[in-house]
Amino acid sequence: MNMIADHRHGINPGLGLAALGRLMPMFLWVGAGGEIRAIGPTLAKLCGGEAGLRAQPLAAHFTITSAQCFVAPGDLRELPGKRLHLALRNAPATVLRGLAVAVGDAGEQGVLLNLSFGVGIAEAVRRHAMTDADFAATDLAMELLYLQEAKAAVMGELHALNTRLESARRAAEAQAMSDPLTGLANRRALEAELERAAAAAMRGGSFFSLAHLDLDHFKEVNDQLGHAAGDFVLASVADCVRRNLRRGDSVARVGGDEFVLLLHDLVDPVKLDSLFRRLIARLEEPMPFEGALCRISASIGVVMSTSYAAPEPRRMLVDADAALYEAKHQGRGRCIVVTPIADVPTGSGESMAKD
Amino acid sequence: MHGLINRSIERFLKDTYGAQVWQTVATAAQVPACGFEAMLRYDDALTLAMLDQAAKRLAKPRAVLLDDLGAFLVTLEPLRRLLRFGGVDYPDFLLSLEELPARARMALPELELPQLLLSSVDQGRYALLVRGAVPGWGAVVTGLLRAMADDYGALALIELRPAEGGQDLVCVDLLEARFASGRRFDLAMPQVPT
Repeated sequence: MNMIADHRHGINPGLGLAALGRLMPMFLWVGAGGEIRAIGPTLAKLCGGEAGLRAQPLAAHFTITSAQCFVAPGDLRELPGKRLHLALRNAPATVLRGLAVAVGDAGEQGVLLNLSFGVGIAEAVRRHAMTDADFAATDLAMELLYLQEAKAAVMGELHALNTRLESARRAAEAQAMSDPLTGLANRRALEAELERAAAAAMRGGSFFSLAHLDLDHFKEVNDQLGHAAGDFVLASVADCVRRNLRRGDSVARVGGDEFVLLLHDLVDPVKLDSLFRRLIARLEEPMPFEGALCRISASIGVVMSTSYAAPEPRRMLVDADAALYEAKHQGRGRCIVVTPIADVPTGSGESMAKD
Repeated sequence: MHGLINRSIERFLKDTYGAQVWQTVATAAQVPACGFEAMLRYDDALTLAMLDQAAKRLAKPRAVLLDDLGAFLVTLEPLRRLLRFGGVDYPDFLLSLEELPARARMALPELELPQLLLSSVDQGRYALLVRGAVPGWGAVVTGLLRAMADDYGALALIELRPAEGGQDLVCVDLLEARFASGRRFDLAMPQVPT
């Protein structure tokens, strides 16, 4: 086939418009005067039928834009060879893309455009109620639509899987970080929280206190009233401690009857002392359990991050433990707040100077 | 086996025979306690064990069970739609079957479907050779083709014949491509009401 001969004869003389429409159902032949000379069946369907289109000005039905040039209405000479975007005037959301070629010598027969949908194909199919028969046999439109639905199904499954995995992860994390009997944080969670608090204090601007609490007379409750009573006491203590601290503070059960409390932004020895005395008084209130009364008390050792040049979690835990031991030694049911020597508050007889 | 296939079987057993039957089968075949995940892979042996347990529990030959599974798959609307993208009518759909594994891979590269080879025996008569990594795919395809014939409104006789080398041959005798109106299929995906 001779390209030059084809060019001279305009659209291949052997090819009728009906055949052209089958090959390219979205073709558009615009005459040199800007009038629609012929239109493919699918494109005609998008515009509401072929009848009202023939010989009408192109600009009455389409807006042409091109990324490569400014297109003046009615001027078709600029179009050939360029990638174009066409919007339907009756459905501006439907944007078509395509390419124009000149028809006849120097385009005296106008231009022929072949158009297709871009990524907006799914919306266009819905908007214009298109069917399989509207697309050229060579068009990958069906594959694209297929892929879009298949992808949606796969994404749906992945989303469901992610949701299940995420809730399982949260549950496992909560389980790994909490004490099943009291619902309090466990040692692992406490250590993580303490690391965070110490790191924040090191950076400056925040401070905290760390309290080590050990129950007094808990063994007697366990021995005399049984493990169920012991468990009841532990759960009640957890409740009581939680109620007497602020929302942002952390409470962990780190051993049989040992608890560690982390109080943010509170390093006033006097306030800490009165807070913990009050807590001990609450814990000393008898707890009725199955007709018996469980009586316990607690000893508490407290350290403050501000007592250290560089608060180090392990060191603070050891010091709090030492203060707790001292509280036990002094007769139990009391609290010892460790303060630097210079800061010993007057009137806080139970505070222990830190060496 | 891909989790999607295992989950289809799980859903088929649950929806068709009830949660209790599924639980019995799952326990006997040692299926993970919370069922299958569609996007994970599982050992082929687990799938085969599950099918064996289901066949035993329901007192049905495995091929009959798999045929029912094939028909069940077409009742899943997203899957029916994906299959309907294969062609405008039933003969067109049959011709597209060879592309089915490639289409599936387009969406899920790790999904291995059996190889399908279609030959036209005579006017309106087709033979589909099914070659899968595990036995049983022929029965699934038979049930699926039968259900799709209904979906397209085609009248066809479809039967499974064993072929050489563990392959299956599904014979389709298409009596009338447009016998009934078939079920509706719009290209546009149905919108989920919000």
